[in-house]
Amino acid sequence: MKETIIYSFKGLYRDDFRVKGYEFGSGGKSVCILGSMRGNEYQQIYSCSLLVKKLKKLEVEGKIKDGHTLMVIPCCNPYSVNIKKRFWSIDNTDINRMFPGYDKGETTQRIAAGIFENIKDYKYGIQFASFYMPGHFVPQIRMMKTGNEKVELAKKFGLPFVVLHNPRPFDTATLNYNWQIWETDAFSIYTSSTEKIDKISARQGVNAILTFLAKEGIIEYQGFAGFSSKVVESDKFISIRANAAGILDPMVKAGDNVMQGQVLAYIIDPYTAEIIQTITATTDAVVAFEYDSPMAYKNTALFKLIPGGW
Amino acid sequence: MSELIENIEDVVRFPLPVDEEFVIKRHRIEPSGENIGKRICIVTGIHGDELEGQYVCYEIARRIRRDSLSLKGIVDIYPAMNPFGIDSITRGIPAFDLDMNRIFPGNFDGDMNEFTASMIVKELEGADLVIDIHASNIFLTEIPQIRINEKSEKELVPIAKKANMDLIWVHGASTVLESTLAYSLNSRGTNTLVVEMGVGMRITPDYGEQLADGIISIMSELGIWEGEVPKTKEAIVAYDADGDDVCYLNAPCSGIYMKEKEHGAIVRSGESVGKIIDPLSGDVLADIKAPENGMIFTVREYPVVEEGSLMGRILREKVLNGES
Repeated sequence: MKETIIYSFKGLYRDDFRVKGYEFGSGGKSVCILGSMRGNEYQQIYSCSLLVKKLKKLEVEGKIKDGHTLMVIPCCNPYSVNIKKRFWSIDNTDINRMFPGYDKGETTQRIAAGIFENIKDYKYGIQFASFYMPGHFVPQIRMMKTGNEKVELAKKFGLPFVVLHNPRPFDTATLNYNWQIWETDAFSIYTSSTEKIDKISARQGVNAILTFLAKEGIIEYQGFAGFSSKVVESDKFISIRANAAGILDPMVKAGDNVMQGQVLAYIIDPYTAEIIQTITATTDAVVAFEYDSPMAYKNTALFKLIPGGW
Repeated sequence: MSELIENIEDVVRFPLPVDEEFVIKRHRIEPSGENIGKRICIVTGIHGDELEGQYVCYEIARRIRRDSLSLKGIVDIYPAMNPFGIDSITRGIPAFDLDMNRIFPGNFDGDMNEFTASMIVKELEGADLVIDIHASNIFLTEIPQIRINEKSEKELVPIAKKANMDLIWVHGASTVLESTLAYSLNSRGTNTLVVEMGVGMRITPDYGEQLADGIISIMSELGIWEGEVPKTKEAIVAYDADGDDVCYLNAPCSGIYMKEKEHGAIVRSGESVGKIIDPLSGDVLADIKAPENGMIFTVREYPVVEEGSLMGRILREKVLNGES
């Protein structure tokens, strides 16, 4: 294992800003795995740390095949993580809206450019990603439909779902989109949480990556083979929204099978505890996403359902 | 004799979780009578930390009331498109950490922010002109200017020239900017100008007066105003779709930026415009010099910089000479 500094600059009153990478194996640039890009992505850092530990062991055991270099970057934004701020410390910009970056531009553009310059030539790119809303996901691989996405490859992770979505204008400045445009096979991996560490789903995510690497002939590894992934277009998700605002009392969790008509949650009046909305499943489905803030705003997508069952 | 009809009405209103309603309001001013003419919309407060437009909203209403017989169309004023943001000194939408100007045209069936964005677009679509007033951010101060996406240059530059601004900056198209209110409206055929002036969290009354003069001038041009029209200035027009008219001053290191030039200053290549200092060591970390001849039109107000922070923008001399 070789530790490298991917990007750095000198702070005024803080320690230097550093993006650190861990390199394994030797030869061509095979796979790059990124963790947190935002300050609240603790699960994403943790998942990468488990991966670093596993790859270190595999390297010592000689199980990384010749001709393959792997890079793991657990955190692209220690400055924000350390002050518990989601976006960039000074100007609140999002590094994952700055790709491919600009090395003569503003700070987060430079960080994005510095990182991208180091990772754009890998054959495979995998990012532990997070959703902008607070909640839990059923583990899944997400890919943007740029014309370069390879669905069959995504299935090799063995996660329950492969989700495809059409890029929106702001997606064109994300890492995943730009990786694809630069002809890296790019995948976003969603484990179940962001701001809380979920050890089981982090291990599931790490196992999925190692399984993928083994199937692609990059490492020797025998883990849990995983699922035969179901491919779903994101616009086929059924959003179950609140039509009232109040305290959310959920009855099901991400990953649960639910039946049509089953109660998914109640919205309760915050002052009288009266039920003001009963939220039910519109079809038999798997709960792919569960909103987990105690306060529900009107129109909030409380659940996202994938029709069918496990 | 014509009298004004004024109404303050809701654009959106819906309940929040705990004993409060979310509401965006519109102040409509129109003349009495059946033939109400064209409609101009004055919009501001999409970014909650940008307050320059607050004074303009007030000033336009004041001027119309002062000369009420001159109004020949509808003036709709929306001072707070992001009321949560203004209330909490937050640029984006608090609780959601979203930049409101990246979610247009919104989605009627989406969450409360997407729904709100869709209602705003529905509300403004079809107006004869929308003016969306911004105020840079808390870091930079800008000379009064209008920014126009090159895709809308043909329709908007002639209108913008009437707006009494110092600069019209026609910039290149960017996919990311397709999520802005202005792009959404312009792509639907509703002419929308974006004004940038001053600095975040502050109001510069002179700029407010300048823009108010410009808005009255545009209203006159549209036939909405038949009263006295202030004399307006001719803006410098930078046709900068290829990004060749403006040079950027980005900090080469972290430190405290001490500016030496105000915006509007004409500078020569190599002339000092500021310094980055280190208060801990007492050292000058960098002398910042103008890379080319031109006019400074953006200046950093917030002194703390880190490597890459924008300290200023210079409009190249060729643009000042009309060679854009």
